[in-house]
Amino acid sequence: MRQGRFEIMENRPLAKDVMLLRLGGDTGAITRPGQFVNIRVEGCFLRRPLSVCDWDGEGLTVAYRITGRGTELLSRMKEGSLDVLTGLGNGFDTGLSGDRPLLIGGGMGFTPLYALAKALIKEGKKPLVILGFASKEQAVFIEEFKALGCEVSVCTEDGSLGIKGYVTRAMEGLDYSHFYTCGPEAMFKAVSDCSVTSGQFSFEQRMGCGFGACMGCSCETLYGVKRICKEGPVLMKEEIKWRT
Amino acid sequence: MADMRVSLCGIELDNPVIPASGTFGYGYEFAELYDINVLGTFSFKGTTREPRFGNPTPRIAECTSGLINSVGLQNPGVEKVIEEELPKLAKVFHKKVMANVSGFSVEDYVYSCERLDKCQQVGWLEVNVSCPNVHGGGMSFGTCPEAAAEVTRAVKAVCRKPVIVKLSPNVTDIVPIALACQEAGADGISLINTLLGMRIDLKTRQPVVANRTGGFSGPAIFPVALRMVYQVARAVKVPVIGVGGVSRAEDVIEMMLAGATAVEVGAANLVQPYACRDIINELPAVMERYNISSLRDITGGAIHG
Repeated sequence: MRQGRFEIMENRPLAKDVMLLRLGGDTGAITRPGQFVNIRVEGCFLRRPLSVCDWDGEGLTVAYRITGRGTELLSRMKEGSLDVLTGLGNGFDTGLSGDRPLLIGGGMGFTPLYALAKALIKEGKKPLVILGFASKEQAVFIEEFKALGCEVSVCTEDGSLGIKGYVTRAMEGLDYSHFYTCGPEAMFKAVSDCSVTSGQFSFEQRMGCGFGACMGCSCETLYGVKRICKEGPVLMKEEIKWRT
Repeated sequence: MADMRVSLCGIELDNPVIPASGTFGYGYEFAELYDINVLGTFSFKGTTREPRFGNPTPRIAECTSGLINSVGLQNPGVEKVIEEELPKLAKVFHKKVMANVSGFSVEDYVYSCERLDKCQQVGWLEVNVSCPNVHGGGMSFGTCPEAAAEVTRAVKAVCRKPVIVKLSPNVTDIVPIALACQEAGADGISLINTLLGMRIDLKTRQPVVANRTGGFSGPAIFPVALRMVYQVARAVKVPVIGVGGVSRAEDVIEMMLAGATAVEVGAANLVQPYACRDIINELPAVMERYNISSLRDITGGAIHG
């Protein structure tokens, strides 16, 4: 983990209530796709943890939905600098992907999968991508994944774009070597049940600190207690203890 | 040259700054960030006899100038703390650590304290009779003078090291409870633990934390904590540790003027991981600004004035 000041390079809407924030600064602490940053927002006490969507030597990008006061305040910041903790969480393990990994994003879940797709392609793998959204208006980042060279299927709940229904509809009959998913927890169990390989899930939880100190975000797994912010946010399919 | 040293129950601290229990884990997350030997000491994560997961999530809620937590004493249990956490800590922290202990019965407290008292790394026992997030224990011992005294007396009977009792602010009058602990042999009093609080999510119309209520901490509670530290310090003879909303060097001095011998820093560590190091670095300049040459001289300055 590293604390640093990041310049706001860009903070623009991608869709209604969905923002893309590009920050310039030291990204040296980021080691894996699927890690997150924790951003201090002026006017809020707790930081806001956001998945890294993309990063390079110059800076990083996060995408977020405006869901409350913190993200609302963040969305209004168009210039200046932010206090950011980087390099948080375990991130995805690309070593387990095989040649044809499947990436499944639900809603804002596309965020860490973009950095993951980039990393997998760099390793010579051919990711398949399924992106699920509520409707066409919420569907974002499809072209960005395609531009990386990924094969992309889109699902919308209302059928306004792509396949009508949940992401599991697009998973049926697919041939893949491993899967990675991020999205609402309600989607995870369905994805797990539908999947035919091992896979990795990126979880979300309300956090106090984001770096393992407060134990606010802990979850029980089949192999003991894990902190979503420290031993997570990525958990293996085989260790998840599903809430009944 | 600013002298920041203070003496806490017979053990000298390089400075009065102590990360509070529950905001600093068992130390090594922070040891990855800075040399934690700059601290006076720190109070480790509240430890119980048996391992605990704590309460269901979500267990964190944002508040104005603070947060609510309903963690509920997640910890690996006293045996694991002694076998695994303390040896790991020894590699990165060379001072005496404060062992924070909680329980659900007097026997629980005695069991854990007796074991931790024997650990060479432990300098003080901080007996938490004030956790608002557990049922049938924790705070129920700290809201009644007789129960607080009973825990104190039982722990004192099995410990050779100083026993500091951590009190809850969720009481009508904290002074009789502090006096009862002193009477029962407490070597020090720390206060305050979190204030019982609540937030409701307007979208779901349900409490934000799954446990419905939780402990409120952060800069918002500083004036309440300061007032209670003042009330208790005025009444007791044993040293008092001031806790609650401290986030700057000025707050440390204010707590000490209210009667604190040392000061714990809690919520600030969670949002500014370098908070304690920064406070310690800023203290000499702030002392100079207010003509303080030795911190130990200012304890209770506002009481006797």
